[in-house]
Amino acid sequence: MSTAVYIAVMAGVTYLIRMLPFTFFRREIKSGFLRSFLYYIPYAVLAAMTIPAIFYSTGSIITAAAGTAVALILAWFDLPLIAVALAAAAAAFVTGSFL
Amino acid sequence: MKKDLLKGAEHGIPIALGYLSVSFGFGIMAVRAGITPAQATAISLTNLTSAGQAAGIDVIASAGTLIEMALVQLTINLRYALMSLSLSQKLDKSKFTLLKRLIASYGITDEIFAVCSAQTQPLTPSYMYGMIAIAVLGWVGGTVLGAVAGTVLPESVTNAMGIVLYGMFIAIFIPPVRKHKSVLFTVAAAAGLSILFRYVFTGVSFGFAIIICAVIASAAAALLFPVDEAAEKEAAE
Repeated sequence: MSTAVYIAVMAGVTYLIRMLPFTFFRREIKSGFLRSFLYYIPYAVLAAMTIPAIFYSTGSIITAAAGTAVALILAWFDLPLIAVALAAAAAAFVTGSFL
Repeated sequence: MKKDLLKGAEHGIPIALGYLSVSFGFGIMAVRAGITPAQATAISLTNLTSAGQAAGIDVIASAGTLIEMALVQLTINLRYALMSLSLSQKLDKSKFTLLKRLIASYGITDEIFAVCSAQTQPLTPSYMYGMIAIAVLGWVGGTVLGAVAGTVLPESVTNAMGIVLYGMFIAIFIPPVRKHKSVLFTVAAAAGLSILFRYVFTGVSFGFAIIICAVIASAAAALLFPVDEAAEKEAAE
């Protein structure tokens, strides 16, 4: 089968998943439970995606743990996203150079 | 409007930098699986998602069926439906026409969703376009570089770059964890469940595991710590 057909199916399915709720859900949600639920969803999604996957993100649990620790400390003090993200990578790199 | 576009673009820079490193890896992987650099670029431009694209490459490389391809994408990417629904509640309705919704929904990724949902103002199309444009540039640019010249950077650098996106996630959820017990509960519950799926219920695919963790943790938090509108505003600040 042509690779172009595979790519079209991939792209089509992925687009529809994003587009349908975003475009056709117009009502404001009134239910207190649902509003609370949607308020917590971003934090839950990010936490589930980060832990434990972050420890496998650099090819070494030790360098990943160092990067995670640095990210947690800097985020705790409210540093900007880019600073936290790059400092985590720098910490992993520096730790890796000692291994 | 121009101001929103620039603000969105500025907020998109850390996303683009993170994407650059991840899609670089995707480019290398795609070429190894026998896909041309042009096809890898087309996949990144039309899909704009990491896990879904990686799985898609596997399906293509193993000559899977189109049904399999559709089901794999549906499972891994279904979390975007939840994010789209959540963002639909934050839109500036007077500015978001049907056409603009059709365009902006193309760019709803984990990271763009995260940054958009952290905004206190209603979301405008210009703001989202600015962010999406920069993020796509990083994602597609990284894919091209990885596919064409994957062996240029030393492994020590590409390995360290693997943590960039996770570092950004931490920077998003830790400050509210510090301020609100309810968010601390949500994050701890979701992380705990995610660990269970990783090491115990290993038969569940990545995409489904994320959905199950997020739904259970958020539903429990919503029952234990209902949010009223005043608190919602305060928490967002």
